[in-house]
Amino acid sequence: MGWFKRLKDGIITSTKDKKEAPDGLWYKCGKCKETSTQKDVVENFYKCPKCNYHIRLTSAQYFEVIFDGKYETLFDDLISKDILGFTDLKSYPDRLEAARKKTDLTDAMTVGHGKVNRKPLVIAAMDFTFIGGSMGSVMGEKIAKSIDFCRENKIPLMIISKSGGARMMESAFSLMQMAKTSAKLSQLAKEGVPYFSFMTDPTTGGVTASFAMLGDINFSEPEALIGFAGPRVIKETIKQELPEGFQTSEFLLEHGFLDFIVDRKDLKERIGDLLAMF
Amino acid sequence: MVFLEFEKPLESLYQQLDKIRQVGEVGDIDVSDKIAELENKIKNERKAIYDNLTGWQKVQLSRHPERPYSLFYINQMSKKFIELHGDRYFKDDKAIVGGIGNLDGQSVVFIGHQKGVNTKMRQFRNFGMANPEGYRKALRLMKLAERFNLPVISLIDTPGAFPGLEAEERGQAEAIARNLFEMAQLRVPIVCAVIGEGASGGAIGIGLGDQVFMMENTWYSVISPESCSSILWRSWDYKEQAADALKLTADHMLEFKLIDGIVKEPPGGAHSAPEEAVKMLKKQLKKSIAELQEMDPDARIEARIHKYSQMGHYDLMKKKAIVETKSTE
Repeated sequence: MGWFKRLKDGIITSTKDKKEAPDGLWYKCGKCKETSTQKDVVENFYKCPKCNYHIRLTSAQYFEVIFDGKYETLFDDLISKDILGFTDLKSYPDRLEAARKKTDLTDAMTVGHGKVNRKPLVIAAMDFTFIGGSMGSVMGEKIAKSIDFCRENKIPLMIISKSGGARMMESAFSLMQMAKTSAKLSQLAKEGVPYFSFMTDPTTGGVTASFAMLGDINFSEPEALIGFAGPRVIKETIKQELPEGFQTSEFLLEHGFLDFIVDRKDLKERIGDLLAMF
Repeated sequence: MVFLEFEKPLESLYQQLDKIRQVGEVGDIDVSDKIAELENKIKNERKAIYDNLTGWQKVQLSRHPERPYSLFYINQMSKKFIELHGDRYFKDDKAIVGGIGNLDGQSVVFIGHQKGVNTKMRQFRNFGMANPEGYRKALRLMKLAERFNLPVISLIDTPGAFPGLEAEERGQAEAIARNLFEMAQLRVPIVCAVIGEGASGGAIGIGLGDQVFMMENTWYSVISPESCSSILWRSWDYKEQAADALKLTADHMLEFKLIDGIVKEPPGGAHSAPEEAVKMLKKQLKKSIAELQEMDPDARIEARIHKYSQMGHYDLMKKKAIVETKSTE
């Protein structure tokens, strides 16, 4: 009898005694499928150490990457409201509640006020995990309030976009946020306060067609999807395959809609340089 | 006449009316009593139908093939209208038209989405779906209006901005965003009216103004009911429910204070008496322009931006309360 013969059949370890590898010790890249340790990924600015894929970040992670240590969050008390009584397969309040539980956030945007290389900056950043980073009344109001804060204190504003577009469950209210945010940005511009628009994967719909495209500087991370209509809709409209690299940051840079693309490891330094020059 | 599904009761009444008229002519009989009776019946039936339209029925009306489009309104309202073409960068978009016209002695700049009146023209106009050059043409004309101190009238009627490959290449998003930014600060009065479909970014791309109106049987929403159904219900079959859920009618929009007023349409909708519809819209536009011209440009811009700043509904909540909710899971 070989030493390797199995003496007992089946899984005999009880669930209680099971030794699990802790969550998040390993990271498997969605793009190159290679595995790395979570530690290496974090040290590599949340990029895949093998293929440089930029992992989608939360607002808090961006704040961690960009700000000099500590920052304060602003306008946290705004939360979405179901003014229309909107119900599709799920009711809007249920969707909101589920998103809050899942993300521990109050809405799809968090505003942080801190310093980058000792220069003050306000960053309004989106969370894609909160109903697809969709823009409703709360996001519009947070942007409007951030703009007023920046106008008053003469602090540059940066918006990090990561959104599927306007939030359908607030219908025309969401649509009007495009007008509201753009109109408020025109006031910021008049005041001579710089606005940096940083588009990350993905930035589409009403977000792109309002404040995201209106930066004094428009920039992005590599290989982010940025566009007005979603690729599926365009494919159905023109009834042909889309060219490779269509609607990526590189495509937008080539067509003249971005000032530059920045690797996440250089992000903080680039923002610091901009702040020093404006 | 084209009858929509919910207008079927009217169709049979009209058929009866035709028959009676024929009988009267052929038999040389006096049928005027009968005709008057039927006409009265039609009037009541029409009122019954039109007083209780659902969201989806209004969407259908807004797309009625005989509904008047921008150029009809403009040519009827304005004794002379000189259409101006091109965005000066790329080409002339056919889905957005514009030019200089006249409203009873007041020169104005008109812009508007344009749909085609027959199959061939519908293609020519790209079904009212503009490309970036359309929005840029509109902006060029608004800047022209600003330079010569002329009020801007913008007529909205689009199923959406065109979702095409080249539209993306030329910056559909940037074109719409730029218009919103510039319209917020334009130094002349802007009056907008939704005359048909007000779909999403494509509509608001020429829709930011001091006063925004919707005609009675139109809709305005962040997404069309069909697309909303396909995304949220994952099927195209829930467009009626989606239309209700989106609260996209003029009444809802006024109730939410997202528009400034509703322009009534003739009984049976704008298509049943287009000239009447023009008169009703013209009256409102003239009134609005006269009001807005009274204001100082800086005050007007401030009021405009303030109006949009007020749009949005949210609650205020302490962060702690949310943490507590979370801990109960």
